[in-house]
Amino acid sequence: MNKLPLKGLIVLEFSQYLSGPSAGLRLADLGARVIKIERPKGGDACRSLSIKNLWADDSSLLFHTINRNKESFAADLKDPDDLLLIKRLIEEADVVTHNFRPGVMEKVGLDYASVQEINPRIIYAEITGFGKNGPWNHHPGQDLLLQSLTGLTFTTANKDDNPTPFGLSIGDTICGEQMVQGILAALIRRQKTGKGALIELSLMESLLDFQFELLTTYYASGKLPERSRISNGNPLLGAPYGIYPTADGHIAIAMVNILRLATIIECSALAQFKQEDTFIYRDEIKEVLAAHLLQQPSEHWLQKLKAEDIWSMEVLNWQQLTKEEAYKCLQMEQTIKASNGNQITTTRCPIRMNGQRLFSDKPAPTLGEHNESICREMGLVSIPDIQQ
Amino acid sequence: MKLLEDIIVIDFSQFLSGPSASLRLADMGAQVIKIEKKGTGDICRQLYVSDVVMDGESSIFHAINRNKQSYAADLKCAVDKERVLQLIAKADVLLHNFRPGVMQRLGLDYETVKAINPGLVYAEISGYGSEGPWKDLPGQDLLVQSASGLTWLSNNDEREPTPMGVAIVDILAGTHVAQGILAALYQKAISDEGSLVQVSMLESILYFQFEVLTCFYNDGHQLPVRSSINNGNPYVAAPYGIYKTAEGYIALAMTNIVVLGQLLSCNTLINYTDKASWFNNRDEIKTILAEHLLTQTADYWLSILQPADIWCAKVLDYDTLAKEHAYQLLNMEMDVKTTNGLTIKTTRCPIRVDGQILTSEIGAPLLGEHNDQIEKQFDIVC
Repeated sequence: MNKLPLKGLIVLEFSQYLSGPSAGLRLADLGARVIKIERPKGGDACRSLSIKNLWADDSSLLFHTINRNKESFAADLKDPDDLLLIKRLIEEADVVTHNFRPGVMEKVGLDYASVQEINPRIIYAEITGFGKNGPWNHHPGQDLLLQSLTGLTFTTANKDDNPTPFGLSIGDTICGEQMVQGILAALIRRQKTGKGALIELSLMESLLDFQFELLTTYYASGKLPERSRISNGNPLLGAPYGIYPTADGHIAIAMVNILRLATIIECSALAQFKQEDTFIYRDEIKEVLAAHLLQQPSEHWLQKLKAEDIWSMEVLNWQQLTKEEAYKCLQMEQTIKASNGNQITTTRCPIRMNGQRLFSDKPAPTLGEHNESICREMGLVSIPDIQQ
Repeated sequence: MKLLEDIIVIDFSQFLSGPSASLRLADMGAQVIKIEKKGTGDICRQLYVSDVVMDGESSIFHAINRNKQSYAADLKCAVDKERVLQLIAKADVLLHNFRPGVMQRLGLDYETVKAINPGLVYAEISGYGSEGPWKDLPGQDLLVQSASGLTWLSNNDEREPTPMGVAIVDILAGTHVAQGILAALYQKAISDEGSLVQVSMLESILYFQFEVLTCFYNDGHQLPVRSSINNGNPYVAAPYGIYKTAEGYIALAMTNIVVLGQLLSCNTLINYTDKASWFNNRDEIKTILAEHLLTQTADYWLSILQPADIWCAKVLDYDTLAKEHAYQLLNMEMDVKTTNGLTIKTTRCPIRVDGQILTSEIGAPLLGEHNDQIEKQFDIVC
C-alpha cells in the first residue's frame, strides 16, 4: 500500500473545539479529506480560543494545532440555501461528525434519520457530554467538569491532597480517539455490506471506560481506590510505584521486587519489608525509599537500577526531553506554513504505516477558504458569501 | 451484523497496551485469540496485580481480557510454532508488544509472516520506537509518563512532578494501534493488501500533549507553569480548578471572574475587571476564591452557579457517582462469566452502534482454554 489507508474518503466535520476535531485530524492524517463545516460568523469557536495568547494568523495557534490538514466550508445551517448546499455535500460524503448539544442537529434537520435519507451509506458520528437521555444531558460537556463527575480526580496526586484533575483535556481526547475507532470499524462493515451506521459517544462513557481497571476493581471490592500518602503513582499499585525526589532531580520507579530493590540501592531499612507487604505497608515503604533516594543524585541511582534492569527512568521536562537523541530520532515535530506565511511547529500523527511516519504540511484552513473550490468541484451553483 | 464480524485477531500482546486494543476490537465483533506462553500465560495474569484477586488472577487481568479466547503455545517448540503459523495464515490481524527484536528471534517478524499471509495487518507497540538510544528500555506506563514531560502538568506548582494516576500511556498507545489496525483493515477490505502498523508509547503520549507541546515549540521553549493553588491546567486562567467547600468539592471551568464574584457575593473578585489578570494573577484570584468557597457547602454554591449557567460541577468519587441516576442510566456496568463460573462486574465498550450499547458476557479465558476449539475451527494439522 503506497497510499494512505483512508484515501478517497470524505468527512464532513460539524464538530468544534477539541473532541470531534481531534478525531477529524486523525482521519485526515490517515488519508481522509476532512471538510470543516463552519458558521460564517467566527467559524469553529476554537479559532478565537488561544493559549498563552499565541496566534498563527487570524486564528489561534490552538486552532491550527487541531485543524491542520483540513478544508473549511462556511455555511449558515439556518439559511435554506446554505442548507441545500450542505445536503448536496452530504450526498458525496462518507462520514459526518458533530459534537453539538442534544437537539441542535435535529433543529436544523441534520439528525441521523434525515441525513440517512439523503445518503444511506453515511457513517454518522456524534459526541455528547453525558449521552442523549438522563438528568445531566443539558449540562455543559466540559472536560474538567467531566473529570470531576466521573471519579477520575481521586486517582492523581497524594492521599491528603484535594481531588486533583489531570492537567490536560483527557475527556475530550479519549472520546475523540474512541470516535475514530467507531467510525473506522463502521467503514469496514460498510465496505462489506453497503450499510451506514450511527456511532454515538459521550465524554462521560469515554472517561468511565478509561477507568475500566479501577472501576472493575471497585465493583469487586466495594472499596474506593486509595492514593498513597506520598509518591502516588497509580492507586491500584503497591510500593514502590511512583516518582521520587533525589539529591538533584526526580526518578520514577515502577513495579519491582522490594528486596531486590533494597539490595541494589543498598537500603537496609527497606529490607525489613516483604514483597507481600507492598500494599499493606505501601506508605511506610515509600517513606523509607524516599528518604534514601534523597541522598544521592538521579544518575547515581539510575546507573545502579538500569544495570539490573529495574524498571526506572529519569523524570524529564520538555526542555530536557527535546534535547535527547531518543526524542530527536522519533521526528515527532513537523513544520507547517500558515496562510500568512508564518511557520508553525507542531506534532505529527503518532501512527506509522508500512514503516513510514505520516507527515502533512497542509495548514489549517481560513474560514470558508474552500467554499469556492468545493462548489466548483461538486458542480454547485450558488456560493455562500461569507462576508454576509 | 457487528462492525468487525468475521475479523480474526491473533494477539501476542501482554499487560495493558496491546490487550486494551484487542479488547476494543473484540467488543466491536472481532474474534480475538490470545497466544499465551504455556504454563504462565500473559504476565498480567500474575505480575501486574492489584490487591484484588479473583479466581487466582488479578481483577485487572479480567477487566482487560474478557471477551477473548486463549491459545497456549510454546513458540520455541517447532510443533507449536507451526500451529501458530497456520493460525496466522488465516488471520486478519496480528498484534504484539514485545521489545524490539523478540519477534525476529521467534521468526514471526513482519517480513516472514507477510510471506505466509500478504493480506495480514501486522501491528506492534513498542516503548520508544525501534530506533534510538532508548529502544531497548522497558515500555512501562509510569516510566514513559516520566520521560515525556507529562508529569509537569498535573498538581500544584511547588509540588513534585505528578504522574496521572491511570495507565494513560498504555491506554492511548492501545487506542492508537487500534486505529491504525482499523484503517489498515478498511484498506484491506478495498484492496486485499495488508499493512504494517507501528505505534510507540512515547509517540502516543507526546501526541496526547499536542496542544501544549505545540505551544512550547512556538513560544521559545517555555516550560509550563502549574498554578500554585488548585491547578487544573497550567495553560488555563483562573478559576479553572477544583475547590474545597465547607462540605465536599466543586470544580469550576472557564468563567468570567467578575460575574463569578457577583454570583458568589465575593466582592474582592469583582475588582478583577481586566481579563488579562485572570491569567496573570491566577494564583491570587484562586486564593481569594478558595477561601471564600470554604464558607458554604458544595450544594449551596452549585444551587447558585448552575442556574446561572456557570460551568461548574460537584466532585464525585465512585461511591457518590454510582448513586447518581445519570450514571445508572448509562448502563456502563456489565456482568461477565468465566468458564469456572465466576461472575465479574466490569464496564462495557463506550461506543454505541446504531443506537445499541455493545455488551458481551464472555469473561476472560483460562490459559489455553480454547486450544482444541481453535485447532478445529482453523483446521490446524500437525
